[in-house]
Amino acid sequence: MENSLTIQILFYSFALITVASACLVVFARSLIYSAFGLLFAFFGVAALYVLLGADFLAATQMIIYVGGILVLLLFGVMLTHKLYDMKLTSELFQFWPAAILMLGLFATIATALLKTHWFRGKIEAPEPTTAAIGNLFLGEYILPFEIASIFLLIALIGAAMIIRRKPE
Amino acid sequence: MIGLNHYILVSAALFSLGLICVLIRKNAVNVLMGVELILNAANINLVAFSRFSAANLNGQLFAIFVIVIAAAEAAVALAIVLSMYRLLKSVNLDRADILKG
Repeated sequence: MENSLTIQILFYSFALITVASACLVVFARSLIYSAFGLLFAFFGVAALYVLLGADFLAATQMIIYVGGILVLLLFGVMLTHKLYDMKLTSELFQFWPAAILMLGLFATIATALLKTHWFRGKIEAPEPTTAAIGNLFLGEYILPFEIASIFLLIALIGAAMIIRRKPE
Repeated sequence: MIGLNHYILVSAALFSLGLICVLIRKNAVNVLMGVELILNAANINLVAFSRFSAANLNGQLFAIFVIVIAAAEAAVALAIVLSMYRLLKSVNLDRADILKG
């Protein structure tokens, strides 16, 4: 079942959606197009998580990335441009050196990763992971969990402190 | 068949695209979008190795912590970008050189 034709078609289409949307993020002239490319890239990554059997992580990706971070970035786009200037362009800078660097980096990573013989464990059929993740969070990973919550609180207070107008 | 290598290739492509986005864009918000792409690439790797190599959930937990850190990073970085916009009236990263001696 794992390697049936349906799974292959699904994987290739979602991988194509992800990479094509990431290309849109990088090469689009308009910031709004970049933001919507990012939206579809996040959708594609969430679908890849589902194909990997990570259902809770896919839902988390949809809620936090699409519902939170993307909206935050769109606020950033809108607040840093004057509203009558709706072109919202973002110029490209030193394109060709960066493109050569990117292709070289991709080739290096791909050959290094594909030549390595990774340890292959036994692959089981995907099961619902939410209960197991909850048990791990409140069991083995309780300290990182609490540190993450403190960290989020600190980040939110810090963001509010940075952005606040100083009283005269 | 779809194995570990396919996911690694998608992740490497996303990482390279995120890096070039950080390198060639001058708009600070767009650079942040590239950083999000890089974090997503790392997450795909973590989840893929958790499925194919380790057969437990530790990689998925690391991916959730990465998402938490990405949320905090987006909030603080956008606060910095907005205060930079308030100070310089621009989000062009080349203009952010007032610390230069």
